Amino acid sequence: MNLWLIPLFPLIGFLLNGLFGRRLSKPVVNLIAVGSVALSFAYVVWVLSALYPIAAPHSESYFSWIQSGSLRIGFDLTVDRLTAVMLIVVTGVGLLIHIYSVGYMAHEGGYYRFFSYLNLFMFFMLVLVLASNFLLLFVGWEGVGLCSYLLIGFYFLENFANDAGKKAFIVNRIGDFGFMLGMLLLVVTFHSLDFGQLSSAMANMGVETSAGPLTLIALLLFVGAIGKSAQFPLYVWLPDAMAGPTPVSALIHAATMVTAGVYMVARAGFLYSHTPVAMHVVALIGLFTAAFAATIGLAQTDIKKVFAYSTVSQLGYMFLGLGVGAYSTGIYHLMTHAFFKALLFLGAGSVIHGIAGEQDLRHMGGLRKAMPITFITLLAASLAISGIPPFAGYFSKDAILLATYQYSPWMFWIGVITAGMTAFYVFRAFFLAFVGSYRGHHHPHESPLVMTVPLIVLAVLSTIGGFFDVTKWLAPMYRHPEGENVSLVILSIAAGVIGILLAAYMYWLKPAVAASMKEGALYRLIYNKYYVDEIYNALIVKPIEIFSRFVLWKGVDDVVIDGAVDAGSRRIRGVGTVLRHMQSGTIRNYATWVMTGSLLVLILLGLVGGGR
Amino acid sequence: MSLLLIVLFLPLAGFFVLQFLPKESKAAWPTALVFSVAAFLVSLGLIAPAAESPTQQSSIVDTLWVASANIHFHLAVDGINIWLVLLTTLLLPIGIWVSDTLVKDRKKTFYALLLLFEFGLIGVFTAFDLFVFYVFWEVALVPMYLMVGGWGGARRGYAAVKFFVYTMSGSVLMLAGIIYVATKAGTFDYTQILAALTSGTVTLTSTEQILLFLGFFAAFAIKVPVFPLHTWLPLTYSEAPAPATFLLAAVMSKMGAYGLLRYCLPLFPTAAHESASWISVLAIIGIIYGALLAIVQVNIKKLIGYASISHLGFVVLGIFSMQQQGADGALFQMVAHGVSTGALFILAGYMEKRRDSTAIDDFGGIATAAPGLATAFMIALLASVGLPTLCNFVGEYLILQGAALAKFSWAVWAAIGVILSAVYMLWLYQRAFLGKAAPETALVPDLTRKEWAPVIPLIVMMVWLGCYTNPFLRPITAATQHLLEQSKMNLELKVQNVGPGFQPADALPGGVLSVKTVADHTEAAHGR
Repeated sequence: MNLWLIPLFPLIGFLLNGLFGRRLSKPVVNLIAVGSVALSFAYVVWVLSALYPIAAPHSESYFSWIQSGSLRIGFDLTVDRLTAVMLIVVTGVGLLIHIYSVGYMAHEGGYYRFFSYLNLFMFFMLVLVLASNFLLLFVGWEGVGLCSYLLIGFYFLENFANDAGKKAFIVNRIGDFGFMLGMLLLVVTFHSLDFGQLSSAMANMGVETSAGPLTLIALLLFVGAIGKSAQFPLYVWLPDAMAGPTPVSALIHAATMVTAGVYMVARAGFLYSHTPVAMHVVALIGLFTAAFAATIGLAQTDIKKVFAYSTVSQLGYMFLGLGVGAYSTGIYHLMTHAFFKALLFLGAGSVIHGIAGEQDLRHMGGLRKAMPITFITLLAASLAISGIPPFAGYFSKDAILLATYQYSPWMFWIGVITAGMTAFYVFRAFFLAFVGSYRGHHHPHESPLVMTVPLIVLAVLSTIGGFFDVTKWLAPMYRHPEGENVSLVILSIAAGVIGILLAAYMYWLKPAVAASMKEGALYRLIYNKYYVDEIYNALIVKPIEIFSRFVLWKGVDDVVIDGAVDAGSRRIRGVGTVLRHMQSGTIRNYATWVMTGSLLVLILLGLVGGGR
Repeated sequence: MSLLLIVLFLPLAGFFVLQFLPKESKAAWPTALVFSVAAFLVSLGLIAPAAESPTQQSSIVDTLWVASANIHFHLAVDGINIWLVLLTTLLLPIGIWVSDTLVKDRKKTFYALLLLFEFGLIGVFTAFDLFVFYVFWEVALVPMYLMVGGWGGARRGYAAVKFFVYTMSGSVLMLAGIIYVATKAGTFDYTQILAALTSGTVTLTSTEQILLFLGFFAAFAIKVPVFPLHTWLPLTYSEAPAPATFLLAAVMSKMGAYGLLRYCLPLFPTAAHESASWISVLAIIGIIYGALLAIVQVNIKKLIGYASISHLGFVVLGIFSMQQQGADGALFQMVAHGVSTGALFILAGYMEKRRDSTAIDDFGGIATAAPGLATAFMIALLASVGLPTLCNFVGEYLILQGAALAKFSWAVWAAIGVILSAVYMLWLYQRAFLGKAAPETALVPDLTRKEWAPVIPLIVMMVWLGCYTNPFLRPITAATQHLLEQSKMNLELKVQNVGPGFQPADALPGGVLSVKTVADHTEAAHGR
């Protein structure tokens, strides 16, 4: 099937635009960037229809990437039903966002640079989802991290953008540290990193009821997922990552890259299923992050920050689904989230675009009239994320919550409360932007067609996308979650409705209520994101810097070690004095000739010796 | 006539030819380039025979040199040194090329020293006679000393002497060791000594082994350098002229690591095994220590220098993991580090030339004025921080894997270095390249074609080594396997036992797997 062609198209796009983009005209850059992703999408559709129904994984092996002793890491790609979902999401949503970017970035400098990075991202993301082994997955994993770094820092004249990019890269590195150790332990234990081989090796192993080696491996790999998918305590990079252009936030920091951790855990389901302890940790971290991030989202004033915390929170839901053993519900939510969260960001981008770069919700309001398409499409996305039927988010979130109830009812309740908070803060942002009267100083206008068409497509997907039941599609790979419970369903819908109504009351009907809350200590704590960044800075960043500078460099290196060396060398000052004489120009030349002469003698000696 | 002999003597011939050119001759640069490029082209011919039988010596030169002392002029290539020879012959023309831009005066003499340096390096990497090895070891040292002392920065005198004294004190111990071994074996020829040791006609007691091992180790560890013998490095790297720093970091540091692998493991297996754990600990300290110090540096060359200490700690860790993957990774990393750090130092040299300074504060925002320089630096930086698809990742991964197989906690500590590498490199990049340019950095010129020329092959090598490792790793893995068997410490057996279904019986309190360590296994081997 030549699966390698799928990532190859965007790679070529990256090379063309990266190497020659500066000399190409904008339409040509567009054609290369969008065209390469379109080709990739078309090829994915063709491959999947040719392989349909993908009863068994289809693998292709090209060459050995690393072969050391008996350890072989191949450049091998695989398509199965899980990959199929990811491929469609990545290339489909990716294509829409590429098209949108043509409009959004039209007036930005470094146009070709933006698109070459975006294409490079597509390449790595496709390698990530197609990889047949952990190390190749890690290639994509690190590669998308690089593109994320480059695109967050796209406005590299601004220091906040550079700081945000660096923070993203380094925090992800901390996660990757765990991921790497997990891979090392897999090789120590199984001498392979290949998904197929590992899966069959583990198939006849028992389930680890208490923590054992498999639990350790699973948890280490999950540390990587915590970093990449912005879970507590490594979520801190994602809100800052909003410094990048909005299409980047939509593609990388909402729809695709940040879901890589979810994908990885699902992909390694054969491992996690053997270790209920690790699964429980995954569920707990996911649930806590979902609730924690939702509370921060309640009080943010930057429209992109609101959606960023909501991404963190929604990713928490996905991990909750995985952790309670319902892998397919996590992937289901991954897909619907890709639709409605991409739409939320692109809609936010359209708003920002329409009011000259303003991102602060306090300076918006009443945009409904000026931006009707953005208004309607964002409404669809907001209803979808709030879990209102029949919008897409309802189906997937409900599947997760139902599975959670069977696993542990108290987790379900926290999940429902979080769903209510989600509906509240999303509609808070929605009402602040679109109803009331305009509070800014620009002239709001609707975005061009090249931007609104992707919005409309995504709005349709956010509305009806839930009817494609991923859990059924993935049933051959993962246990299909059982059971229906109408009362629980009603509960979670009610939570969403209450959240929306409360937001409508506070930010539409009676704005004074919201204003009166801003004085509270709790509000300030949430507004300042629980001071987590400040705590990390004081406890980790500063101590390392101070320790390195004053203890290691000025202390150990300069005084202790070098002091000992200098003291030692003073005793043999004779040598040094002689050598110091060689500094003067003439003596240096002389030394060169001495050296040459002695070499000649040695060589002659050799020739004579050899002749004997 | 063996190709190897031509590769070895072409640079020396170039050195002599340059002596006959007038002082400020325009022909000096082309002449030096012709000889070094010729050496590179001829050295390509060494690959095929070495790749065909990586465990055997090929392109052998072997003549009795000094009969009375049984010294053989014995040179050869195999899977262990082939890529180091190629690294040398590739990087030397690059060093000569950039010297035309980066060296200000007495260029002819500088080129001559570079060629002499190449002659020494090729000799070091290909010698199969301990005496010849030692001679080349010193031959390589002298021109480097002269380049640092003659063309360096403000504190060049102190730097050069420190470098020389440090290195010499290690070399002297090694020389004593070499003479002792040779006296005992009755020959300086490495192959014969090894054969004698393997067959048992010559035996070394464990005390002898330890002392001899430490003598060799001192020389090699200083050269690498291994913590805490590294304090010559930051000063030398920052004071040396840019092309010399480039070659110091890219090639010369590999002399030590190569020596450890080639000589210490097979000659003194018991001592090497007994020292493996403390040397690994030193290597890990070096990895983290170098990285932490790199974070707080204010000088670009010093920063990359400390980063080098960190990266070379990985190489030493790989070697003393005594695992197939560790040794493969170490050899691969030597080449990868040469390419990536080499590129970083060349680019740092270009930056130094533009602002006449290497202080990070003298830059800032130069990406706007010099996007080409910024892009090239970014690529080299990414290779250096171990981004997959670029060269360093493969080496680092294999080394960490080897360390994990030996003792998992080593891998845990060493992997911290991978996190830190991103910290110091990205911070450097942000401070030097990003942000708004100051008036004096806004006009920094971008790379010229002549400046791009040496960088492009390095970037190509970074990608090639990162993506398609097969041609490089195949000879390496065969040769290291042979070498580890030679040093009677191959632990592959252990790993193969761990097939599917294997479940380690117990977990340590810290939750760390009780992976059977090198020590367990080798004790068993000794019991046999």
